[in-house]
Amino acid sequence: MSQGIGAPVKRKEDKRFTTGKGKYTDDIRMENQAYAAFVRSPFAHARVRNIDTSAAMVMDGVIAIHNGAELTGDGIGNIICGWAITSKDGSPMNMGAWSALATEKTRYVGDAVAIVIAETKAQARAAAEAVDVDYEELPVAATIAAALADDAPQIHENAAGNIVYDWEIGERDATDKALANAAHVTEMDITNNRLSPNPMEPRSAIATFDEAEDHYTLYTTSQNPHVARLVLSAFYQVAPEHKLRVIAPDVGGGFGSKIYIYPEEIACLWASMKTNRSVKWTSDRTEAFLTDAHGRDHLTKARMGFDAEGRIVGFKVSTKANFGAYMSLFSSAVPTYLYATLLSGTYNIPNIYCEVLGVYTNTVPVDAYRGAGRPEASYLVERMMETAARELGKDPAELRNINFIREFPHQTPVIMNYDSGDFEGNMRQAMEAADWAGFAARKAESRARGKLRGIGMSCYIEACGIAPSAAVGSLGAGVGLWESAEVRMNPVGTIEVLTGSHSHGQGHETTFAQVVADRFGVPIDSVQIVHGDTDKVQFGMGTYGSRSGPVGMSAIVKALDKVEAKIRKLAAHLLEVSEADIVIEDAQAKVVGTNKSLAWHEIGLAAYTGHNLPEGMEPGLKEGAFYDPMNFTFPMGCFICEVEVDPQTGKTEIVSFVASDDFGTIINPMIVEGQVHGGIAQGVGQAMLEEVRYSEDGQQLSASYMDYAMPRADDLPNFEVLHHGTTCTTNPLGMKGCGEAGAIGTPPAVINAITSAIGNNDLNMPTTPAKVWAAINAARIAAE
Amino acid sequence: MSEIKMTVNGKPVRGDVKDNTLLVEFIREHLRLTGTHVGCDTSQCGACVVHVNGKAIKSCTMLAASADGAEVTTIEGVANGDLHPMQKAFNDNHGLQCGFCTPGMIMSGIDMVQRYKSAGKTLDEAAIRHELEGNICRCTGYHNIVKSIAQAAGEM
Repeated sequence: MSQGIGAPVKRKEDKRFTTGKGKYTDDIRMENQAYAAFVRSPFAHARVRNIDTSAAMVMDGVIAIHNGAELTGDGIGNIICGWAITSKDGSPMNMGAWSALATEKTRYVGDAVAIVIAETKAQARAAAEAVDVDYEELPVAATIAAALADDAPQIHENAAGNIVYDWEIGERDATDKALANAAHVTEMDITNNRLSPNPMEPRSAIATFDEAEDHYTLYTTSQNPHVARLVLSAFYQVAPEHKLRVIAPDVGGGFGSKIYIYPEEIACLWASMKTNRSVKWTSDRTEAFLTDAHGRDHLTKARMGFDAEGRIVGFKVSTKANFGAYMSLFSSAVPTYLYATLLSGTYNIPNIYCEVLGVYTNTVPVDAYRGAGRPEASYLVERMMETAARELGKDPAELRNINFIREFPHQTPVIMNYDSGDFEGNMRQAMEAADWAGFAARKAESRARGKLRGIGMSCYIEACGIAPSAAVGSLGAGVGLWESAEVRMNPVGTIEVLTGSHSHGQGHETTFAQVVADRFGVPIDSVQIVHGDTDKVQFGMGTYGSRSGPVGMSAIVKALDKVEAKIRKLAAHLLEVSEADIVIEDAQAKVVGTNKSLAWHEIGLAAYTGHNLPEGMEPGLKEGAFYDPMNFTFPMGCFICEVEVDPQTGKTEIVSFVASDDFGTIINPMIVEGQVHGGIAQGVGQAMLEEVRYSEDGQQLSASYMDYAMPRADDLPNFEVLHHGTTCTTNPLGMKGCGEAGAIGTPPAVINAITSAIGNNDLNMPTTPAKVWAAINAARIAAE
Repeated sequence: MSEIKMTVNGKPVRGDVKDNTLLVEFIREHLRLTGTHVGCDTSQCGACVVHVNGKAIKSCTMLAASADGAEVTTIEGVANGDLHPMQKAFNDNHGLQCGFCTPGMIMSGIDMVQRYKSAGKTLDEAAIRHELEGNICRCTGYHNIVKSIAQAAGEM
């Protein structure tokens, strides 16, 4: 069976994971290892008057306790946000200072004020409990509304009114005019619920300082170890880049939350130097809820105008985005360039205006979580379309269909330029698979059993493959968003691919090897993928935003091009033919129309012995490439969800879920479908189960799996995942990316289905049985 | 401190542990068998499932001292030369992504197949989903985990 592009090859990495031989950060133990625990603020907003460590310092096993004043005194820099956003009035965003260990004030429950180092984990934790911090409690703003109230406490001195920025995109006047002249305007208030990403592996770090070499090593649960090293060096001044090695070994899921460089990694590195010990810290689950960046948390008011035929004439959006207590690494870009730029959805919308108010609150920092801005955009657009169809008395599929973009490239009013797609094709495929036409009969059958049945659709689009470096630079990004790769062919013909992408569940060891197998006809077992270590791979921007395919693999393709060119030249020389007569297939360099060929190891050996090379050719066979994308990519598709609701209990069951996606070229359909399954599950989680809740005084009420409803097996149906692809025109493999689609397209499909079942459109995520029951009864009472 | 002795993956082991040492801590930190994972601390996620005297238990919820004298099997002890049919089924059906929950899923999967077989009950899809109540996966949406366990149930 082919192992090349398009083959559902089983994963190479599975053996170690199914036998318990994976190597995650917490599995690693260093010589001379000590353990860290953090002293965390129990108050959401408090002044730190004094930290008394005297009782803790004399406890068994305690090595050291350090605070924020010592940390900043040693020149460790504040944590930064890497994307500069400019407000409407031209002013820069108001980034409040964020020290890895809080000095004067704590701003959320969990904000660390000190690090305790001890011989064992239990001793470190016990001592952390014994550190006596004198807090002066301050008034708390735990929600957007509280932070914007007239009497709100000031969370950061430099952010008046707790405003991070007041940003806009699009044409306000033209959109207002279009809405004023519209035949129909649909208006909605939409809440996008706050989520915790919850990769199953909690964050962990082991920092080691080598005094003799003046060198640091950090093992960490990172989606992008090179970015971690860059930020730790350039901004936090922990160590210069050449004196800091960052290794992200097996990482147990990320979903965005492991992009960021958190206070704990910074403090552990610094503490390893202070104590001359390896310092290890592993989060527990409640600590993860209290410190891992959260996602979503938007409040939006939107108006969408239609002409008499149902064509959209304008879309005006006003969103308030909760940033939490500090600006995390990519936080500023999420509700702006990753959200508002997708508000055209899959539709021709001539006029769009969006304004976004970024707001500080006394909660965990909020940043990119699977989809990052695009789920919020997709939810808004697709809830608006469904609601408009109901108000206009039109079939929701038909309303979408008359508004679909059909010509490409398509320039939206909000920056994005879509390269390809067949929106109606995906919708028709999904409708057929879901038996859309047979829904009325199924609804009647449910009704006969006393159940309410509903069907809902979403036609999402998203932007992946972030992104052309110059373009994002012009929009405020502090980094370029290219990717690097190096292809090394060894003398025996085996191949190593070094990549700046990072696999934490995506299966790169298999799919990246498939790209090489496709090119040369070598078996994937002779290809090793090397990633996750800054000493091995020169540089890379890591894995997030579904970029490993469209950007990471494109870099590999570029490097393969160079290797192939050298092989052709060498083979032509050795076989005494012209390069044009050489074909590479089945792991051989063959001469067209003859039986002359070179075996793969013969090519490798010839390159490395260097005994007989063409004039001017260097020995060896190793090439590197940096790939900078030409454009974002635009995965899109149609999801259809069908639900049955029990009106007696409000319990909702998903009875079928169909996804038709356009991901462009697919390397391994088995892995791609797995990505979609997981994304849908997280989307169902957002729609029906998950929500981070805070009390008014900023205590997190949902900080364990006893309280935060993670989707479990019996919450979910089987999914039908289909492909209807066009080819992306802006990267060499034609890939669009598949990692986030499920999480982006699912919530609106689920809520459109449930609201159609219960006949009440006023329903917010997550749709707990209590909420659904109340909505059913509110609709019944209103009808009476 | 207590001295404990048990058989882990067929080998006798002993250790001196504090009375509050959890079984998962003994397995991971004393025996250095790191395939058994800790994902939640509240007995919800099931990443720490091992078999004690033939039953699936969450090793974050049992004291090491309580397992004194027990027969313990961890993910490292499941394969007998070749992969166990459950391990193979997870590979065949793409039943894992990041791999962190996988050891617990496999240990729970083996346990549920054995229980249903010995009770003469059919382990259908609904039963598998119900039985997985104590194992959380964030990557796969369970679709392929259910397929994996169903395949292994036919082969075990």
